[in-house]
Amino acid sequence: MAEEKKLFKVKIDNISVEVEPGTTILNAARRIGGDIVPPAMCYYSKLQGSGGKCRTCLVKVTKGSEADPRPMPKLVASCRTTVMDGMEVANITSPEVQEARKGVVEFLLLNHPLDCPVCDQAGECHLQDLSYEHGAETTRYEFKRRTFDRIDIGDKIQLHMTRCILCYRCVFTADQLTEKREHGVLGRGEVAEIGTYIHQSLDNNFIGNVIDVCPVGALTDKTFRFKNRVWFLKAVDAHRQCEDPKCCGKTVLWMRGDEVFRVTARKDKYGEVEDWICDTCRFDKKDVKDWVIEGPRNIDRHSVISQGHYVGVHKPKDTLVEVLDGRQPKLLLDIHTVSEVNRPDIDLSQIDGPAHSDDFNKK
Amino acid sequence: MFSEEKLNKVKEIIARYPAGKQKSALIPVLHLAQEEFGGWLSAETMDYVASLLQIKPIEVYEVATFYSMFNLKPVGKYVFEVCQTGPCMLRGSDNIIDYIKKKLDIGVGETTKDGLFTLKTVECLGACGYAPMMQLGKHFREHLTPEKVDAIIEECRVKAN
Amino acid sequence: MGRKLLFDKAHIEGIRYYDVYRANGGYGSAEKALKSMTPDQVLDEVKKSGLRGRGGAGFPTGMKWSFIAKPEGVPRYLVCNADESEPGTFKDRYLMEFIPHLLIEGLLISSYTLGCNSCYIYIRGEYAWIPDILEQAIAEAKKNGWLGKNIQGTGFDLEIYVQRGAGAYICGEETALIESLEGKRGNPRIKPPFPAVKGLWDCPTVVNNVETLAAVVPILRIGGEEYSKYGIGKSTGTKLISACGNINKPGVYEIEMNISVEEFIYSDEYCGGIANGKRLKACIPGGSSVPILPANLLLKTAKGEQRMMTYESLSDGGFATGSMLGSGGFIVLDEDQCVVKNTLTFARFYHHESCGQCSPCREGTGWMKRVLQNIENGKGKMSDIDLLWDIQRKIEGNTICPLGDAAAWPVAAAIRHFRDEFEWHVLHPEEATKRNYGLAHYADPLVIAAPAAV
Ligand SMILES: Cc1cc2nc3c(=O)[nH]c(=O)nc-3n(C[C@H](O)[C@H](O)[C@H](O)COP(=O)(O)O)c2cc1C
Ligand code: SF4
Ligand code: SF4
Ligand code: FES
Ligand code: FES
Repeated sequence: MAEEKKLFKVKIDNISVEVEPGTTILNAARRIGGDIVPPAMCYYSKLQGSGGKCRTCLVKVTKGSEADPRPMPKLVASCRTTVMDGMEVANITSPEVQEARKGVVEFLLLNHPLDCPVCDQAGECHLQDLSYEHGAETTRYEFKRRTFDRIDIGDKIQLHMTRCILCYRCVFTADQLTEKREHGVLGRGEVAEIGTYIHQSLDNNFIGNVIDVCPVGALTDKTFRFKNRVWFLKAVDAHRQCEDPKCCGKTVLWMRGDEVFRVTARKDKYGEVEDWICDTCRFDKKDVKDWVIEGPRNIDRHSVISQGHYVGVHKPKDTLVEVLDGRQPKLLLDIHTVSEVNRPDIDLSQIDGPAHSDDFNKK
Repeated sequence: MFSEEKLNKVKEIIARYPAGKQKSALIPVLHLAQEEFGGWLSAETMDYVASLLQIKPIEVYEVATFYSMFNLKPVGKYVFEVCQTGPCMLRGSDNIIDYIKKKLDIGVGETTKDGLFTLKTVECLGACGYAPMMQLGKHFREHLTPEKVDAIIEECRVKAN
Repeated sequence: MGRKLLFDKAHIEGIRYYDVYRANGGYGSAEKALKSMTPDQVLDEVKKSGLRGRGGAGFPTGMKWSFIAKPEGVPRYLVCNADESEPGTFKDRYLMEFIPHLLIEGLLISSYTLGCNSCYIYIRGEYAWIPDILEQAIAEAKKNGWLGKNIQGTGFDLEIYVQRGAGAYICGEETALIESLEGKRGNPRIKPPFPAVKGLWDCPTVVNNVETLAAVVPILRIGGEEYSKYGIGKSTGTKLISACGNINKPGVYEIEMNISVEEFIYSDEYCGGIANGKRLKACIPGGSSVPILPANLLLKTAKGEQRMMTYESLSDGGFATGSMLGSGGFIVLDEDQCVVKNTLTFARFYHHESCGQCSPCREGTGWMKRVLQNIENGKGKMSDIDLLWDIQRKIEGNTICPLGDAAAWPVAAAIRHFRDEFEWHVLHPEEATKRNYGLAHYADPLVIAAPAAV
């Protein structure tokens, strides 16, 4: 046995856990698991420097440490705050945290196009999940939502800036996984956006991973897009002997019958990839013969929709409650009454690509 | 491309930072480039700056689009940047902006047809006690009145000829 | 006449140049520090002086300096914050333009104390002509052996560089400033780590305001003990106040922190009263971020005491009935001014300056601006006032850096103290576009202590 390390005792929502010094509150909570894990829209454990930006993971430190028991004056980002010995944290037991989180969700949705019915990410979107759990019933924002010119970033990846929440994950990914980052955050404040400035395509064998890290439908797979809604597809674990030494070759194939519609990395229950895959595996290996199938993938996400249900569609109650760890689901909004894009007079299947709401207005 | 003299200036700027930290020179070099290449930063200019500092072009775009003093589109020869924040507003900056609009027959953000003047509104420039004010090139013009604005416009016209 | 420590020689012809500055006792403090004191002794004097940061937060400078990490073989940096972009604040500009050597001397002493051999002055890009003044002063100081290698034969080396920003208020926040100095977007860093441990290029760094660093010079000249006798209580020394708005004599004043707000506004030595014979309606005493106060709460505290120009007195009453000294940007509104409009320009400012990293500030500042625009343009609803209150509350305290708070406070304070003016705008949209609400009861003597915080 290695030398015994002193562990820190932490209490989160009155549940105790012992973790190594240097662990963040968020990761300590993940060690406990379940309901008390704060939602994280920007933090990504595999990306150095990520986190701190979206503010969905705010928690209250009610006791700083054994040595200095004073509470922290402000809510802190649990993804970037490390634990101290004896620290006590309130997440779902703090009305203040719940209130603040509701505020953050409202801010995140303020300019969001709510074009879920035509978004490829629907069913896998963390913002959708978040708004189900913490969102308000309706929007209080009475102004025109922000729009961006649509920009092209190549033939493999689709960028829909209106949906971006500026989590910076894709920027860290390009920085840390590829030789030369070609996209970044342009502009500032409310009009900051992800882009390449001069139109060019992202071209690097690992850049496709930005699709997997994007928590929303801002970066999606063009080679897949709109062919099918994810919940109509069967997910199977598969692998292949990949030539690229940095690629783990372990993927999830999204299939219907014998047809491979999409290839992604394998994600854990927090929506993070287990390991990175290369673009060859992701975009070019769409033949079932390329792969060794391991078996059906257990989608262990607490997304309501990932279970194959969608707003307005009949939801079998028991599954919902089960995936929400016993809590009753709360609808953020009825997309049919709020969305400009989901109009009964428009046949969604006739629309080419995951269009922005403007495209609908043209009709 | 920078002249020999400007290239020396770039070298001098880079020398202010420890070895390997030449990216720190980015903002000063962009200022230099904007002055040198027509008052704005084209994609080509930014790529050139990236190559000078041996950084990726996207690192330059990220910075150039963040700071409000960098123009990403061509502007008039004389840019009137009138402050409109609280302290200036209290001293009548709105009237000055209206006056310039009428006088030059342009809206905020527009350039006169002869390409001489651009009108911009900006946020506090640190001259609140000398309001209303505007920035014109390197300098501040303070305690503005319609008469002063007339004189400034005249001065620019003369200089341009 | 109030006692002065920074501007006592500002009126001397040619003080901008080395020879005149030196002939009037300049570099005497540096000489004393470098030749006859250890860095720890200098630090002690600064601690004794009670000097507090003049950039806005008022953190004790001596304590801040003692936090700097000193790992072996790693350089340390001093960065002078000359970004000065808070609306209402234009004091550092004056100091740099008129007595640049005072700042250079302050930087020299401070660098010696902290053990820094390189120092950067980060100045806002719009002050485009000031770097020339500073660089000339630096060259003069170098020529006379006050900068460069082996300064005055003491073996201490120091280089000072001037770096221009390019238009971003957020770069006044110390970690955004450091990012900008590294050639990046001015995104504030997530703390910890703090700059004292990992700052510029990941090295221990101290960031201080121009005025703070200049104040080190008189501290060494008269001694920390003596300096602390200026002012009242924990508000020691003198403070530069940049006064603007509807007063007779806008400008930069050095005050000893022992005068009343009333004296500052009305005496001929300072603002000279309200312009055009109007009456005082409201004031933002410490730069746009601090709470606005109606005349009655400005001149007297809720307890009925005379309000003084000190950190403590200006914040007496907390957010409910007080404000802050902040950066010393003193903005005065006369009876003809509209608080809604003024609040709107501030909201627009913060919206324009948000870096956009964190969601509450990125989205919330624009939202507040738009709601305020509606109210100002006669399109507001009663519920908008509560909505504004709720938005600011959800920004405050939940962001990465204090810009979020700075955006929230002016809106909160305006609603807290001027709610009836907002309501009037909503109820009389037509009239509100033609005339302003006026003085109303805002200058009436306070009858009872104002109700507690909402
Ligand atoms: C949004 C924001 C803007 C700031 N702007 C300035 C500034 O322009 N000048 C300044 O000296 N400090 C500014 N500060 C404060 C600095 O972060 C920092 O506290 C200060 O430079 C420390 O110096 P001091 O201790 O000498 O005051 C700002 C802070 C924030 C949050
Ligand atoms: S595109 Fe996606 S991953 Fe990139 S910043 Fe936006 S939301 Fe995050
Ligand atoms: S509070 Fe505003 S300025 Fe500060 S980091 Fe967040 S978005 Fe940027
Ligand atoms: S996950 Fe912690 S701030 Fe975004
Ligand atoms: S408000 Fe205009 S210069 Fe400060």
